[in-house]
Amino acid sequence: MSLDFDYMLVLAPILLGYLPLTLQMATIAMALALVLASLLAIVRVLRTPVLYQATGLFISFFRGTPLLVQLFLFYYGLPQVLSFMTRIDGVTAAVMGLTLHFSAYMAESIRAAIVGVDRSQTDAALSIGMTQAQMMRRIVLPQAVRVALPTLVNYFIDMIKSTSLAFTLGVTEMMGATQKEAASSFLYFEAFLTVAVIYWVVVETLSFVQRRLERWLGRAYRR
Amino acid sequence: MIELRGLTKRFGANTVLDGIDLDIAEGEIVVVIGPSGTGKSTLLRCFNLLERPDAGRLTIDGLTLDLAHCDRRQALALRRRTAFVFQNYALFANKNALDNIAERLIIVDRLPKREAHARAREILARVGLANRETSYPSALSGGQQQRIGIGRAMAANAALMLFDEPTSALDPEWVDEVLAVMKDLALARQTMLVVTHEMRFARDLADRVIFMEGGRIVEQGPPSELFTRPADPRTRAFLRKVLPDAEV
Ligand SMILES: Nc1ncnc2c1ncn2[C@@H]1O[C@H](COP(=O)(O)OP(=O)(O)OP(=O)(O)O)[C@@H](O)[C@H]1O
Ligand SMILES: [Mg+2]
Repeated sequence: MSLDFDYMLVLAPILLGYLPLTLQMATIAMALALVLASLLAIVRVLRTPVLYQATGLFISFFRGTPLLVQLFLFYYGLPQVLSFMTRIDGVTAAVMGLTLHFSAYMAESIRAAIVGVDRSQTDAALSIGMTQAQMMRRIVLPQAVRVALPTLVNYFIDMIKSTSLAFTLGVTEMMGATQKEAASSFLYFEAFLTVAVIYWVVVETLSFVQRRLERWLGRAYRR
Repeated sequence: MIELRGLTKRFGANTVLDGIDLDIAEGEIVVVIGPSGTGKSTLLRCFNLLERPDAGRLTIDGLTLDLAHCDRRQALALRRRTAFVFQNYALFANKNALDNIAERLIIVDRLPKREAHARAREILARVGLANRETSYPSALSGGQQQRIGIGRAMAANAALMLFDEPTSALDPEWVDEVLAVMKDLALARQTMLVVTHEMRFARDLADRVIFMEGGRIVEQGPPSELFTRPADPRTRAFLRKVLPDAEV
């Protein structure tokens, strides 16, 4: 077996050119998913009638079906039945799919973390005259996020890797670009090894940031 | 004048408060004593609707409400007129000492941040913790945490401050510094309703002591009378236990 190392060195910068798109999709989807998951979690905790059942169905569906099926459903399926979606592009469809899919998972970790916040914290928040919403936003969620953080970063890592599925919607992100490069050079092993290493380095960098972030968020709880 | 009428609270079939009537004058310091499980905490928690009573009317600071049926807006109005000091301090774990006090000023009273922090600093100084502004609760002793808990309650400028056994979770070494802060407030005639086992505080600072048992007010009066000449045998029995060296 021989490895065309020079080819990999030439290919790497080309693929890295697509990294910003990959990270952009993941970041936007993550931000949206965080907001959506928090709202879902709050509904789950407060058991708001109707919304509670609706969110249950939503979470069950997006956890119960493969991400790839959901992406195809959005990109190829929905435009056929919803006329206003005819011009949806692959990036938007991918971000949408990632957001909905991951928010369903993240809602559950956030819900568990919210329920774990001590009763005395909510008593104190109410006693100073906060509304339920203020209490959630200022006291409960910040404490819950700290608990949920390691899991949430893991979902973000998963999300970054899952953006590679966008190439099936015709998006030329890192994976799509690799596919094209490999098809013209026929050096499939080198091409996919290169992209694997790039994903790997990105994820390892994030894990490092994760540890720093955990320490920073934990500052209130250290002596 | 604060007027409470017919406060009733049940947990299932258990009637914990059985028609409590209570008037508190402005600037009055009222201490509640009584055996464990008698409804003292529940009484305090009903005063600001941390528990929802089954019946009761309350008038406080120009607000009259039916405690069992009031809506969310009225509940907020009541909570903004009262302040609560918890047995376990219950400081916001995600906020430092200064923000624990300033939180209410910023979020509830909508003061500009600078003003709120300036006011919070004054309060921190008053409870003797000017140097711990940026400390988080986990880095503070029980006594320090409770002084900030009282500081947080002070920020409300409340018509009534409620204290639920503020010193009973403390190591003995921290009790005095917390009592000193409460004494400072009492001398400034902050209206307060205090559940406590600290008979020194009751004797020295209370205008009135209430003895509760079984969800009812059994007997009340100035400490000089209640502690020395209790009329009811239940009061006598209780005092004999908590004041072992006293002649009652
Ligand atoms: N959330 C609740 N659900 C059910 N029962 C409760 C609840 N809170 C309090 N109780 C019951 O109400 C009664 C009064 O409790 P409360 O805490 O008010 O007593 P207390 O006088 O403060 O006692 P202590 O001196 O031990 O603090 C007790 O029998 C208690 O078990
Ligand atoms: Mg109690």
